[in-house]
Amino acid sequence: MTLTTLIAQQLVNGLVLGSFYALVALGYTMVFGVVKLLNFAHGDLYMTGAFAGFGAFSLLSGGLGTGWFGVAVSVLCAMFAVGILGVIIERIAYAPMLKAPRLSILITALAVSLVLQNSMLTLTAGQFIPFGPKLGFGGIDLGPIFINYKQIALAVVAALLMLGLELFVSRTQYGRAMRAVSVDKDMSELMGIDVNRIILVTFFLGSALAGAAGTMAGAYYGSINYFMGFLIGLKAFTAAVIGGIGSIPGAMLGGLVLGLLESFGTTLPGIGSEWKDVFSFTVLILVLVLKPTGLLGKSEQERM
Amino acid sequence: MALQPGSPKSLEVRPSAWGGLATILDTPQKRGVAIVLLLAFMAVAPIAFGPYATVILTNALLYAILALGLNIVVGYAGLLDLGYAAFFAVGAYSIGILTTTYGWNFWAAIPVAVLAAVLAGIIIGGPTLRLRSDYLAIVTLGFGEIVRITARNLEITGRASGIIGIEQPWLFGWHIATSRDFYYVFLILTVIGILVSVRLSRSRLGRAWLYVRHDEDAAEAMGINRVRVKLAAYIIGAIYGAIGGAFFAVNFTAISPQSFSFQQSTLFLMAVVLGGMGKIPGVILGAFVVVLGPELLRDLGSFRYLVFAVGLLLIMLFRPSGIWPTGSRR
Repeated sequence: MTLTTLIAQQLVNGLVLGSFYALVALGYTMVFGVVKLLNFAHGDLYMTGAFAGFGAFSLLSGGLGTGWFGVAVSVLCAMFAVGILGVIIERIAYAPMLKAPRLSILITALAVSLVLQNSMLTLTAGQFIPFGPKLGFGGIDLGPIFINYKQIALAVVAALLMLGLELFVSRTQYGRAMRAVSVDKDMSELMGIDVNRIILVTFFLGSALAGAAGTMAGAYYGSINYFMGFLIGLKAFTAAVIGGIGSIPGAMLGGLVLGLLESFGTTLPGIGSEWKDVFSFTVLILVLVLKPTGLLGKSEQERM
Repeated sequence: MALQPGSPKSLEVRPSAWGGLATILDTPQKRGVAIVLLLAFMAVAPIAFGPYATVILTNALLYAILALGLNIVVGYAGLLDLGYAAFFAVGAYSIGILTTTYGWNFWAAIPVAVLAAVLAGIIIGGPTLRLRSDYLAIVTLGFGEIVRITARNLEITGRASGIIGIEQPWLFGWHIATSRDFYYVFLILTVIGILVSVRLSRSRLGRAWLYVRHDEDAAEAMGINRVRVKLAAYIIGAIYGAIGGAFFAVNFTAISPQSFSFQQSTLFLMAVVLGGMGKIPGVILGAFVVVLGPELLRDLGSFRYLVFAVGLLLIMLFRPSGIWPTGSRR
C-alpha cells in the first residue's frame, strides 16, 4: 500500500467514523445548549436506536425487502421511536430534576443510561445480534481507493440530517425559540416562549439523530449489542467538546475532526489500534484543559 | 456527621421504620451501644454464617472501603468521579507487579501502591479540577477507561489475562490466607476507614469541603483555595482506592482488566448515592446493598441489574439524599 493510498483510505475511514460521531455529538450539544444538562444516556439512545431500527427492519423486511429501501424506512422508524423515547426520558427523569443540584442530575442521567443498557441486556441476554441488510458490495473505484455505496450513503444521509437540523435551527420559529432558550431560559419564558415545549422538541430532535446514527451503524457494521452506545457516547461527547459544546456547527466539525484524528492517529508509528480509545480520551482531556471552549464554542464565564 | 451503624442487619428493617431508627439512636451513648453491638455482630458473622457468606461479606466490606473513599470525593467535596475504579486498579496492579515480577514483600509494596495512586490523582486531578463539574465527570470517566485499556495493552500488567499468582501476605507470623482471615482484615480496614472519614469530616479540611460543595465562589472569597481543597479530596479518595485495590489483589491472588471497568466505577458510585452521599452510615449501608442486593436477587439472573438501575433512578427521583435518613445535623 502506498502512502497516498493509505492517506486516502484513512481519510474515508475517518469521515465515516466522524459522521457517526457528529450525529451523536449533535444531540449532546443541543441538549446541553438548551438545558445545560450533560445527557449521559445519549449514547444509550444511539444503542436503543440500533435496536429500534433492527426491530423495524425485521418486521418490515417481508414487505419492503432487505435492501436499501428497507434500511431507509428502518432509519426513519428508529428516529421516530428514539425521539419519543428521548421525550419520555426528559419528562420522567430530567424535568423534575432541572432545578436540583448538578450532581443529582448527573447521577440521574447516569441512572437512565444504566436503565436503558440493562433493559437491552435483559432483552437480548447480552448477545451480539446480527443486523444484516443486503446492501451489496458495490462501490466506486477511485483508483487508489475503493469507496463502497454504504459509506457514500452514510456520509450523504449524515450530511442531509445535519443540513436539515441547521435549517431547522436557523430558519424556523422553533429553531429561533431554541436559540433563545439556550441563551437565557428565564428571559425566553418572559418573552412568551413555552420553554418546556422547546426542551421537548430539543430532546426529540437530539434523540432522533442518535437513533438514526444507531440504526445506520448497525446496518453498516452488521451487528448490534446492548453495550454499543457506551463508547460512542464518550467519543461523541469528546467530539462535542472539541467543537465547542453548545455549538451545533461545532458538534459537526468536532465529530469529523475526532474521526479523522482517530483514523490517522492510529496509523502513526507506536500507536496501534489497541490504543485508539486512549488516544481519543487523551485528546478530550487536553482539549478540556487547554481550550475548554473548543473550536467554535463561545467562551462562557460559568463555573461549577 | 454522626457515626451511626449501617450494617447488613439494617437491611431487614423496613424503610418506614427508618425515621424511628434516628429517634431511637438520638444520644451518643445509645449510638455507642449500637456500634458496639454491630461490631460484635460483624466479628462473629463469619463463624455464624459459614464460608459462603464470609466471602460475600468480605466483598461487601471491600466495597465499603471503596465507597468511603469515593464518598470523600463525591459526598464531601461534591466532585462527580466516574472513574474511581482507576485508583482501585492502580493499587491492585502496583501490588501485583511489585510482588510477582519484582518479588517485593506485600507490606513494602503498599506505600508504593499508595504513592502511585496519589500520583495518578495529581496527574488527573491537577489540571482538571478547575473544570465545571460535568466536564470533570467525563474526564474522570475517560481517565478510568485510559487506565483500564493501558492495563489491557501493556506487557507488564499481563495484558488481557492480567496478573496471576499474587502471594498472600504474612503479618507477624500470621499467614493471611483463608477467606475468614481476609474477612477480618477487611473489617479492620473498614473500621479504620470509617474513623479516618469521621475525623476528616470534622477537620478544617472537612469544613472547607462542605463550603466548597455548597458555594464554590463564596468559599473562594473566604480564602479557601478551592483547587487545593478539591485536590486533597481527590488524593485522599485515591489512597482509599489504592489500599482497597492492594488488599483486593492479595485476597483474590489474581487481577485482570475486567475488574476495573466503568461498570465497577458505577457500582462504587451507586453505593455512595444509594445510602446517602456524605453520610458515613449511609455509604456503608449502600455498599452492603450493592453487594448483598444482587446476591439476594440471584434468582432473577441478569434482570437483577435492571432492577438495580431502576432502583437507582427511583432513589434519585424520590429520595435524592439516599436511603439513610437525614439527621438533625446535616
